Amino acid sequence: MNAAPDLTIAKAVNAGLRRAMEENPRVLLMGEDIGSLGGVYRVTEGLKKDFGGHRVMDTPLGEAGIVGTAVGLALRGYRPVCEIQFDGFSFPAFNQITTQLAKMRNRTNGDVSVPVTIRIPYGGVIGSVEHHSESPEALFAHTAGLRIITPSNAQDAYWMTQQAITCEDPVIIFEPKRRYWLKGAVDTQRPAADPFTAQVVRPGEDATVVAYGPLVPVALAAARAAEEDGRSVEVIDLRSLSPIDFDTVEDSVRRTGRLVVAHEAPTFGGLGGEIAARITERAFYSLEAPVLRVGAFHLPYPVAAVEDQYVPDLDRILEALDRSFAY
Amino acid sequence: MDAAPFTPAAHAPARHAPTPEPRTRLVRLLDRDGVRSEDPVFSPYVAEVGAEQLRDLYRSMALARRFDEEATNLQRQGQLVLWAPMRGQEAAQVGSARALRPADHIFPTYREHAVAIERGVDPAELLMVFRGHAAGGWKPSEHGMNVYSIVLGSQVPHAVGYAMGMNLDRRAAEEEGREVEPAATIAYFGDGTSTQGEVHEGMVFAASFDAPVVFFVQNNQWAISVPFSTQSRLPLAERAAGYGFEGIRVDGNDVLGVLAVSRYAMEQARAGRGPVLVEAETYRLGAHTTADDPTKYRRREDESHWAELDPLLRLETHLRRHHGTDDAFFDEVAAAAQEFADQTRAHVLSMAPPSFEEFFDKPYAERHALIEEERAWYAAYQAGFDDDGRDDGRSGGDGTAGPDRGTQASSLTVAADPVTGAPDERSAGTEEDLA
Ligand SMILES: Cc1ncc(C[n+]2csc(CCOP(=O)(O)OP(=O)(O)O)c2C)c(N)n1
Repeated sequence: MNAAPDLTIAKAVNAGLRRAMEENPRVLLMGEDIGSLGGVYRVTEGLKKDFGGHRVMDTPLGEAGIVGTAVGLALRGYRPVCEIQFDGFSFPAFNQITTQLAKMRNRTNGDVSVPVTIRIPYGGVIGSVEHHSESPEALFAHTAGLRIITPSNAQDAYWMTQQAITCEDPVIIFEPKRRYWLKGAVDTQRPAADPFTAQVVRPGEDATVVAYGPLVPVALAAARAAEEDGRSVEVIDLRSLSPIDFDTVEDSVRRTGRLVVAHEAPTFGGLGGEIAARITERAFYSLEAPVLRVGAFHLPYPVAAVEDQYVPDLDRILEALDRSFAY
Repeated sequence: MDAAPFTPAAHAPARHAPTPEPRTRLVRLLDRDGVRSEDPVFSPYVAEVGAEQLRDLYRSMALARRFDEEATNLQRQGQLVLWAPMRGQEAAQVGSARALRPADHIFPTYREHAVAIERGVDPAELLMVFRGHAAGGWKPSEHGMNVYSIVLGSQVPHAVGYAMGMNLDRRAAEEEGREVEPAATIAYFGDGTSTQGEVHEGMVFAASFDAPVVFFVQNNQWAISVPFSTQSRLPLAERAAGYGFEGIRVDGNDVLGVLAVSRYAMEQARAGRGPVLVEAETYRLGAHTTADDPTKYRRREDESHWAELDPLLRLETHLRRHHGTDDAFFDEVAAAAQEFADQTRAHVLSMAPPSFEEFFDKPYAERHALIEEERAWYAAYQAGFDDDGRDDGRSGGDGTAGPDRGTQASSLTVAADPVTGAPDERSAGTEEDLA
């Protein structure tokens, strides 16, 4: 593969899966419609043809069955990568993920590892129906034993997929589905940073915006807009939701004095609250304003006709920045 | 009626159509009077089982029963936090476990004590969970047996996935021209658990992928207080037909029948002929757990009916009547069982509690920043008590006394700086106030 071709996020995940499967014959893919169809988002396109149906398994329609059998396969020494078709369908597998996958290592006193990777396309603004647009990451992040990452660009998508698969712990990758077609350079020689760290994707001096997954491009656009008003905004791509790299956020806030956390998930009980609390504990005397959160309302994800009112956009991030500067 | 009859759905609402008669016959090789009978399909699987082996089976069942009693006693004396007795299910467990080979892998619930002992799990390891010292207790990799499953039904897809992995291993070996020992998995679960959705999904996956798995249901007639008739109108073995594999009903109090059926089922699975569902009809003679009171939901008559069908009594009758086994043997077994119980008790009483610190090592295989942050905080917090020169018994990790735990929890919420880990003055104050 050439160095740094431009790929969409979907193709980058595909290439990451392909390379992981080439490198380790024990890597398996399993999920609904991932074989001949290539997945409803075509992320696994062509993989069944090249690796065979025994390694790219079209499973029966049962999420608990997918994750539950993946746990068994991992106990047998395989490295299954499960695709959950949409965020809202992770709940039938919630029991397997939180009570089994997350806890098996702890339960066996470290005797067994269950290096299962679960890919969940998440987030909204795709104009779909109920349970196709949700952001349930906080529900999983609350469970110890899981690792949760979310790439926002093709380079990360390519590498974080592989890094998740080689990780000895179970990893959930929340893939920002509305960014599947976002193109970016992918350097197949140079691995991305440690997947469990945050990265400063735009340096700035006056305030920090933390975002992840689908909202990173929105946060960057907000920072560019703020620049026109003469404000220098630093943007951090969180990348890892469990663990969260508080050090990188803290360093930034110690310099800028202001923090806005933005995510598509509802604000209430979301990861923004966790980040606000930790950063307040760690850097209270550096803060010029309270940490502000930008998120969705405490409502079920709304119908497509009004979803753009629900999911935070550039203006809602700018509004929060204005409030922060007003202190 | 004879042993382990299928009782029709007495609790099914009256508006339902009458429960159909079971179509699957009940396999039984040793009846309640201890008479051995021939079965054209299953007898060949126990053809070599004579007096010697039967006595050995009896010994295992008797030891498991005595172990179980001792664990119940230990719980009553406050030495275990909980116990799930298995009395009455010895034949189902010993019979099925004896059909397994070392390469087979077991996925149990929380009641498979006799299976675990057959598998070489040390009584002390087994009791760690019930002592409150470990979440699992033994190494699955050493015993070919996963640890107990508390969230019921979740272990069933694990057994199927593991079996799918066995298929893949076999395929890889064939491609490389290597021989692999045929093996299968066995998933244990109860009649109540059969209702869980994951059991259904597990069975569909098993059929879809031709997984070498045996689903072994111990139908002990009760979930906790909910009778079998609430879970199913027909024997569970009948469900197998709906998934497209074989279902077998066996008298679960007949160790010989269970052994034969389990050998057959495991052989089918190992030979690549797909999954098999075995339903062993048995009865939980005691309480669900030491926290349960079966007098609130069970009738005395039913209990005494089943007491007569005790699997140990049946084998004893057979051995005495047909193999001239006399008191000397049974006395010797009783003595061995007592010794096993004494050892178990000694093991439990000598178990040292784990230290809290070690639990920071367990949830993740790789370094985890948050865990490290909290570990460092905890260490510094504990060290703060040492610096005070006060020994309140907490830093030793004893933590069994009630108020002690309470203080520790409340102190932790009065957080010190999580970065420097410097203990907050107030937490010491809280401690003093409560002491
Ligand atoms: C998913 C789940 N729901 C509820 C419980 C609580 N519970 C523990 S044992 C039990 C009854 C189980 O009955 P059965 O499957 O027949 O097994 P048995 O105890 O009779 O061996 C229940 C309801 C549980 N452990 N897991």
